[in-house]
Amino acid sequence: MAKRILTVDDSKTMRDMVSFTLKKAGYEVGEAEDGKAALAVLAGAKFDLIITDLNMPNMDGISLIKNVRSDANHRGVPILILTTESDDKKKGDGKAAGATGWLVKPFSPEKLVELIQRVCP
Amino acid sequence: MNIEAEGYPQAQFRKTYFEECAELLDALQTNLDLLLNGSGDDETLHAIFRSVHSIKGGAGAFGFSGLVAFSHVFESLLDAMREQKIAVGPDVMQILLRASDALADIVSAARDEQTLVADFAADIVTAMEEALHGAGDPPVPGAKPKSATESVDLSCERQYRIAFTPHTEMLQKANEPLLLIRQLRKLGGLKVEVDTSRVPPLDLIDSEAAYLSWVFTLDTGSPQSAIHEVFEFVEDDCELRIDVISDSSVAAPVAGLATSPAKSAAVKSAEPAGASVTATQSIRVDVDKVDRLVNLVGELVITQAMLTEQGTLLPADHYPALIQGIEALAQGARELQESVMAIRAQPVKSVFARMPRIVRDLAATLGKEVRIVTAGEMTEIDKTVIEQLNDPLTHMIRNALDHGIEGPDARVAAGKPRQGTINLSAAQRSGRIVIEVSDDGRGLNREKVLAKARDRGLVAAGATLSDEEIDNLIFLPAFSTADVVSNISGRGVGMDVVKRNVQSLGGRISVQSRFGAGSRFTLSLPLTLAVLDGMVVSVGKETFIIPLTAIIESLRPQAADIHPVVGRGLVLALRGEYLPLTHLHRCFAISDAITDPCRGIVIIVESESAGRVGVMVDELLGQQQVVVKSLEANYESVDGISGATILGNGRVALILDIARLREIDSRAATDRPLPAQYNATIDLPEEAPHAA
Repeated sequence: MAKRILTVDDSKTMRDMVSFTLKKAGYEVGEAEDGKAALAVLAGAKFDLIITDLNMPNMDGISLIKNVRSDANHRGVPILILTTESDDKKKGDGKAAGATGWLVKPFSPEKLVELIQRVCP
Repeated sequence: MNIEAEGYPQAQFRKTYFEECAELLDALQTNLDLLLNGSGDDETLHAIFRSVHSIKGGAGAFGFSGLVAFSHVFESLLDAMREQKIAVGPDVMQILLRASDALADIVSAARDEQTLVADFAADIVTAMEEALHGAGDPPVPGAKPKSATESVDLSCERQYRIAFTPHTEMLQKANEPLLLIRQLRKLGGLKVEVDTSRVPPLDLIDSEAAYLSWVFTLDTGSPQSAIHEVFEFVEDDCELRIDVISDSSVAAPVAGLATSPAKSAAVKSAEPAGASVTATQSIRVDVDKVDRLVNLVGELVITQAMLTEQGTLLPADHYPALIQGIEALAQGARELQESVMAIRAQPVKSVFARMPRIVRDLAATLGKEVRIVTAGEMTEIDKTVIEQLNDPLTHMIRNALDHGIEGPDARVAAGKPRQGTINLSAAQRSGRIVIEVSDDGRGLNREKVLAKARDRGLVAAGATLSDEEIDNLIFLPAFSTADVVSNISGRGVGMDVVKRNVQSLGGRISVQSRFGAGSRFTLSLPLTLAVLDGMVVSVGKETFIIPLTAIIESLRPQAADIHPVVGRGLVLALRGEYLPLTHLHRCFAISDAITDPCRGIVIIVESESAGRVGVMVDELLGQQQVVVKSLEANYESVDGISGATILGNGRVALILDIARLREIDSRAATDRPLPAQYNATIDLPEEAPHAA
């Protein structure tokens, strides 16, 4: 069965592109536009991986990670964060909150798929 | 994400991205305004940051390097402000405002695939960098190479010993040791030894704790950085030691790496300020899909109108259930139509949000003190109308500032507060949107307006005009009230252009003014362009629709009022004006129509380009809301016809493009001369005035 991945980003462009790439690579993809929406989606479905942006309205990526990590149903789900170059502080915050790994924007579709295979084969 | 790979629907992503950019830039502007008014808070700054951040994120994906570089510096400045390294002050605000303008320009250039000059916005970048330097931050590098310390020891086979002890934190972050081992194996020959000595007795095992440690022996030609990359995500959550055991080339220094997990304990709990705000749930739908829906509902409404009409022919007592059903259908169809129209509706906020900025900039240029107060921003109106509202509104605001509001000293002298006020409001009233722009400036000087109109021959010397009529003279073409044509609202165009824009949207505009106290411009717009209020008229066997907004009056003329003029056809004398008569039957070659104006009806219509014209029809059939169907899309473009609709009886009726009628008629007149009884001529001034 295809792995299910949730992509969380307030930018529709990013969601579209991530989603397109992943579907092409054979994954099932869910989308959410911020942390809050992601939690709502997670409340009703299981995902094998979450890819989240950090800067989002309503609930940012860091809070989303903390919420997922403290939820018995989803705490074991790998979470990849999207960061921009040289944003080490954000990356550190993400790691501290419980992110599994990170991906620096801009990235290629191949890199994205490769990384996913690393944390969620 | 970079999507220059093959097989990607680039065009579609691009479209989404630029749509998103437009929204982000609007939000940026709104929030900057909030910050400027002092009504912003921390979350405002965060939202500003996010807007720029998102624009940058997408730009990177499309390889818009100029946009990335600029937004990067912009973002860094905002980030420093967010972290309170730089205080919000007038100087910084000025930089932000300029940067936001430049950002919009760079986005537009990227969208239109234009190349900006090399040093575009260089001064703003410098200003932003200086502001950052002032805060003690290092200069911002454009796009830093990802890892500067990439190893160069390529293609030499080495054997590594890797000691790896995961901490429990690593597992809690869903990093799986097994996956790391698999990654290592991809690098070369791998020998794995596992140390199970720390595993406690079964009953004491915590299923989520880490007890194992490993020693790997790896033979690989990959550089050491490749090994580090495998452990990239877990370096802080494990003990890791990578040693070179044997080296086929030169001996490399031993690289040791052991980090303590202690720092991960200090997790800052930073709930975003806006966490409690509930977001409006929304989905993004292609406009084409909505248009299709609007069209389908239009069809449905037409069918329903047809059924309703047929229903009236039935004896109600014989088919009570059918009649009831038709009534229910009518109700349902109307509600459905309203709901579908509401999908296309958007708050006028997106247009209103740009106005404070215009006022601020212009006030500064003119040396005036002006504030703008907006109300009713959430009033919704059709998206297509909104898109075309910006220009007329901007022009009206500029006009109010330039011509309406006085300079601060003049205001004080007139007993008004130094600061002028422009009110901009929107409201829905009886099925139309009413937008008002009012100012407390000097108002219209009617004597001057009238004198100027007479001067230019726009008003006959003897005519008496009401105050309202005088005020509305300013909408006539080539009328400018400014003594000096400024480059601000002058620009060679006047309120006539505003009026034309508004009329092309099916709207009306009027002005009320009190000399010395201010002016109020009222713009009334239809809720949608898909439905039109029309007058249904018949000509011979044909039925036409005339847009109600164009109609001034209708009448049955006396024979004495109709005069033939050489080279101009028939004219109608109406209250001292001579209006050219347009014969619809001649325009469209309809044979069995009434040709004598005194037996038919003359509808006086007005259009900006053709002025006032009398349109001859046989009969008025009634006023009706019609669903506009595009003729181009379903047939082909026809001169003099702006669209079509289907009436309740199932027949197609064409909607007249009244601005074109007169020309078509005069062309047709050369083929089909006038009826014989009007062959006499009378003397008229060379240029019969048809405009009031």
